[in-house]
Amino acid sequence: MSEPLSRGAQLEGFLANVPIVKTLGMRCDIKGDDMTTVLPFQDKLIGNFTIKALHGGAIGTFLEMTAMAQLFLVSDVERPARTINITVDYLRQGKAEDLYGRARVIKLGRRMASVTAEAWQSERDKPVAALHGHFLLNRTGTPQT
Amino acid sequence: MDESISSLDKRIDLMRQHMDGMTQVVPWARETGFKVTRVERGQVWGVQPFAEHLVGDVEAQVIHGGAITTLLDNLSGMACAASLEEFRFVATLDLRIDYMRPADSGRDIIGEAECYHVTKSVAFTRAWAYHESRDKVIATAQGAFAINKPRPKASLGVPE
Repeated sequence: MSEPLSRGAQLEGFLANVPIVKTLGMRCDIKGDDMTTVLPFQDKLIGNFTIKALHGGAIGTFLEMTAMAQLFLVSDVERPARTINITVDYLRQGKAEDLYGRARVIKLGRRMASVTAEAWQSERDKPVAALHGHFLLNRTGTPQT
Repeated sequence: MDESISSLDKRIDLMRQHMDGMTQVVPWARETGFKVTRVERGQVWGVQPFAEHLVGDVEAQVIHGGAITTLLDNLSGMACAASLEEFRFVATLDLRIDYMRPADSGRDIIGEAECYHVTKSVAFTRAWAYHESRDKVIATAQGAFAINKPRPKASLGVPE
């Protein structure tokens, strides 16, 4: 019998089949329960051509996916969580460069989780955007205790 | 020149004449494929057609929340442009989105945004996403936008 897939391998397998992840061109680098996501720069991610800035919607989508991926990585749910709400702070202009993201699960409850995420470019200490969100864990199919 | 028509009214007219162009010049909006459908003073409507490349939940075939973020962020910024007396670029300070119910698979999502208050440096917005009407929303959004100082024309590549 084959070994059960690690959480990271499950996540990678799952993300490979999500169309929006492919549309963004987002990748993730997973080491155990530690993950950094990468959004390689592409022209289509631009929101303002005059100043060559990334679109806030693209940054927001990337951060929301980063938060959901980290939550999947550290929880035991079979399906990805559902977003209850997110707040995205836009701290600096996203330049025409690669964007990196990391998320931290602040609280993992039975039904809900609170997650923060940050995105940065050339300097880790100068975040481009920060997200805080609440997510509903999808536990359908598991016995209610 | 007719002084009775404010520069804002002229800009709103211009926005109405160029509703397609408003998203055509935004690469990420072109990628998600949303369109502006109506412009009023301080209010902008748009539609995000269902598109397979935006799906975030493969089993349910539902568009990812990020497409709603894109739609409502952009429409909210445009609602600011449709309410500022003088033309200024705006930049999103923050945007909060609450998801009330999942979108239906295969259906267009309508977005509506309004700029309800403007100070010297900040514009405040509300927005809604729904299939039919605001009575049954998919998501609501609340945003704050920084109003940038006017840029010298030269920096925009516009001849003086």
